[in-house]
Amino acid sequence: MMRFLLLFSRQGKLRLQKWFTPVTDREKKKVIRDVTMLVLARPPRSCNFLHWRDLKVVYKRYASLYFCTGLENQDNELLTLEVLHRYVELLDKYFGNVCELDIIFNFEKAYFILDEFLMGGEVLETSKVAVSVSVEEADTLQETMEEYMSKPAY
Amino acid sequence: MPAVSKGDGMRGLAVFISDIRNCKSKEAEIKRINKELANIRSKFKGDKALDGYSKKKYVCKLLFIFLLGHDIDFGHMEAVNLLSSNKYTEKQIGYLFISVLVNSNSELIRLINNAIKNDLSSRNPTFMCLALHCIANVGSREMAEAFASEIPRILVAGDTMDSVKQSAALCLLRLYKTSPDLVLMGEWTSRVVHLLNDQHMGVVTAAISLITCLSQKNPDEFKTCVSLAVSRLSRIVSSASTDLQDYTYYFVPAPWLSCKLLRLLQCYPPPEDGAVKGRLVECLETILNKAQEPPKSKKVQHSNAKNAILFEAISLIIHYDSEPNLLVRACNQLGQFLQHRETNLRYLALESMCTLASSEFSHEAVKTHIETVINALKTERDVSVRQRAADLLYAMCDRSNAKQIVAEMLSYLETADYSIREEMVLKVAILAEKYAVDYSWYVDTILNLIRIAGDYVSEEVWYRVIQIVINRDDVQGYAAKTVFEALQAPACHENMVKVGGYILGEFGNLIAGDPRSSPLVQFNLLHSKFHLCSVPTRALLLSAYIKFINLFPETKATIQEVLRCDSQIRNSDVELQQRAVEYLKLSSIASTDVLATVLEEMPPFPERESSILAKLKKKKGPGAVSVTDLEDSKREGGELNGGSDRGPDSGAMAASNASTPSPSADLLGIRSAAPIGAAPTSAGSLLVDVFSEAGPAAPSAAVNDDGFLRDLEPTETSDSLLVEGSGDSDSAPPSEDPATLLSEADELLNKFVCKNNGVLFENQLLQIGIKSEYRQNLGRMYLFYGNKTSVQFASFTTTPQLNVQTKPVEPLVEGGAQIQQVLNIECLTDFSEAPLLNIKFRYGGALQNLSLKLPVTINKFFQPTEMTSHDFFQRWKQLSLPQQEAQKIFKANHSMDTEVLKAKLLGLGTALLDDVDPNPENYVCAGVIQTKGQQVGCLLRLEPNGQAQMYRLTLRCSKDSVSMRLCELLAQQF
Repeated sequence: MMRFLLLFSRQGKLRLQKWFTPVTDREKKKVIRDVTMLVLARPPRSCNFLHWRDLKVVYKRYASLYFCTGLENQDNELLTLEVLHRYVELLDKYFGNVCELDIIFNFEKAYFILDEFLMGGEVLETSKVAVSVSVEEADTLQETMEEYMSKPAY
Repeated sequence: MPAVSKGDGMRGLAVFISDIRNCKSKEAEIKRINKELANIRSKFKGDKALDGYSKKKYVCKLLFIFLLGHDIDFGHMEAVNLLSSNKYTEKQIGYLFISVLVNSNSELIRLINNAIKNDLSSRNPTFMCLALHCIANVGSREMAEAFASEIPRILVAGDTMDSVKQSAALCLLRLYKTSPDLVLMGEWTSRVVHLLNDQHMGVVTAAISLITCLSQKNPDEFKTCVSLAVSRLSRIVSSASTDLQDYTYYFVPAPWLSCKLLRLLQCYPPPEDGAVKGRLVECLETILNKAQEPPKSKKVQHSNAKNAILFEAISLIIHYDSEPNLLVRACNQLGQFLQHRETNLRYLALESMCTLASSEFSHEAVKTHIETVINALKTERDVSVRQRAADLLYAMCDRSNAKQIVAEMLSYLETADYSIREEMVLKVAILAEKYAVDYSWYVDTILNLIRIAGDYVSEEVWYRVIQIVINRDDVQGYAAKTVFEALQAPACHENMVKVGGYILGEFGNLIAGDPRSSPLVQFNLLHSKFHLCSVPTRALLLSAYIKFINLFPETKATIQEVLRCDSQIRNSDVELQQRAVEYLKLSSIASTDVLATVLEEMPPFPERESSILAKLKKKKGPGAVSVTDLEDSKREGGELNGGSDRGPDSGAMAASNASTPSPSADLLGIRSAAPIGAAPTSAGSLLVDVFSEAGPAAPSAAVNDDGFLRDLEPTETSDSLLVEGSGDSDSAPPSEDPATLLSEADELLNKFVCKNNGVLFENQLLQIGIKSEYRQNLGRMYLFYGNKTSVQFASFTTTPQLNVQTKPVEPLVEGGAQIQQVLNIECLTDFSEAPLLNIKFRYGGALQNLSLKLPVTINKFFQPTEMTSHDFFQRWKQLSLPQQEAQKIFKANHSMDTEVLKAKLLGLGTALLDDVDPNPENYVCAGVIQTKGQQVGCLLRLEPNGQAQMYRLTLRCSKDSVSMRLCELLAQQF
């Protein structure tokens, strides 16, 4: 399973953090600092994997943003790259040509989309259609919720 | 205005974010944030009830501030209120805030749990999913307690929507990882397995993660999943890329599900059912075949997904390790990847091949790629790839290619990245030793290692070369010659000086015949380095000098001259000064015979596991050096090297000190120095030598230095303890009238289970203090007998109540005075009874007679073992025989404070492992009890229940009697 997912910019600014196991705030800060430094220092066209502590770190850069995750030892690195890619696709589908600013200004949406895709560090739903549907559904729900709630439960 | 936010735009939030982004400095940002916090606080505190939208907006701002890295100490209540909002987005923000910011504020948790409960029972799938997400995100024990029984019901209920089932499966997985004890197996478990057959691919994908985890912990209960997984896999593998619609990813059918299925199968041995096995082998072959087909897309996503499955299949093949045909095909496939233009694939191929190298079927096949791997080590641009190449070279090394590989690694070391040098050095040292056919090659290699990367050569490495040289007389002359030559270099590394000093001090005579390396030349060469070295090295050199005086009497005058000069004899460093003074004295008053005895050649080292290997394991974290690796080295060490795999451990020398007739266990032979010893040394001060632990025996005056050898027969009663005295003195009076054991003896003993120093016993007359230290299977105990009265104690004797021949302590203890006794302890096998100590003396006219238990308990011989959660539970499972486990549930006798508990557990001698037990309240420890005969691995788990003030203590040890004894001992401690 994934232990954490971090999105940070080339300047090392953290844009999103998701922790799938309980970690103290202190430890979080340390992990964020160490991992961003480690990844940002890598020369271009290096491989996307590295060992760090007892974890495998898998990262990929999309435009100005790094998507970076810490995996447990038995996890599959290549497939994790595709988890990151799928997440980018989902963001892209929702925002339409997603860029870093979208994630900054709509950080809560970025979290919601992630929640539809991953849970507890495991892939919840791999179908792009299914994830997008539930995200869009949530957006439409906000308008209709009032009506919805006044209906009897079933 | 910034980019427009989508959906329910919160304008205020967008403005705030863009304000923060416009801040020119950190100070400005903090100012802006403080302003906002004040604003939000006043809004929350204001009389006017906030509408849902504002509440949502402010909570969202707080969240943003928190994610910027600032502390948030309010707003939790408002977020909890949002949970019960009617509006979906408000609820959603509420849950997000809770997920990110929840702390274990129990008051709040109760409210949150209530809201979750409502949503779970709402039958509204969107709400249920939100609630399940929250549980999974927080995953605390309180939540597990509240929902662990509810979620399985939702998961297997017939009318649950697919999306809810998916969330429920992963939510349950999360709770199972946090609190496995709360997720009870039951009727639902069999139905969960059948989710593998569910027609909704999303449900299978989510459920299989849960099933894999459950199978790892309860393999038997989930056995049926193997055949289901194989048939599901087979259906996917044989499907066309369009069959699975949206679950096809860049023309690869269901890559996530395929990988998870292959991963699940790795929890089990190969299927026994021939048909199932046949089908699986077919699948694996198909996957290997597909790798050779032309890609269906040029996109990297396509090849990544396809190769992800391929690597997972190869992992399974390696896990089974039983199909030579598949193993060789896997190896060839990885061989292709080694030369692939994608760096990622080269990296993974190197990594995968490491595991393949340890299989007997594929070891040879892996070896054929040696040139490619060496090339990778030399030419890869990326350090992490080079590191994998070095790992693989290490893994594929055997006797046939050791010289080549070691040479390549050595030459790589000259340019290697600093971050991996130390590890490389360790690996070279291990390989050189493990595969040494002739020891001159070994010596050359290690000296080269020190020359090239001296700074990264840890103590273990150079200790080891010395041990090997000492134990093998065929290489001693060569070693002396080689270090002598190496020391000629104008600048040589301090580690080289250490090795040189030690070896010439022992074996310089072997090359003294050559006028070019005559004794004086040797001495001058060593001494020319002296002033450039640190104190520990200088101390070692001084010891080498005194050895020279013994080896070459003609150097005596020169060396005495050196010792006598002020910079030595008045050195501000106590250790150096002491050595200079003692050696000078020793060389001038001792006769040649005495000198020869004191400074005799070092005895061979006892055989042990290589400490370098242990170091590498420690460095890489447990599990990094596989068990096979270890066993391998033992086996090979035995067979190739005629048992040169001998242990370095300095503690061992201290031990043999007590029992070996040779007094010169240390280069310097502390024991013989002691009688002359002018400068008193505290018992704690350590000589900084190879054998630093052979610390000076306590001040000579009141010391009764018993060589104390405890030999525990299998009967494990204290009667069978054997004690040998080092002195040739009269035996202690046989204890005809043994004092009755103090009634509180056990209680006193219990006080010392988790600590080593303190007052063992005290009454109006006498106080007995204890200081003790333990290392491996050896211990040393200082007993201090203090006379509290103003009257002399006469006929004072102390008798460790054993089969004893010992020199009595001073028979008279003056009023107010204290005398000291030292016991050296060796643990030969595990034991449960503590040895007894009898004390007799006359106070006034009355004979006082006391009998105590000496606080020597089995846990004193613990070596802490760090390990990861994974390793811990694997070992825990391996120790599953009922007699290996001992468990006790008992009431807390002492404070249940975390820090106190931790201190006690550390005092116990084990390693306290963090992040192992899914429940952070629990304590988990691991250690190895070292006895002379064997090592006993012990795992401990302590589960406190604060409410009930109870503990449950569980021990699993590789030896049943140890589990029992530890459990008894520890139950008294908490």
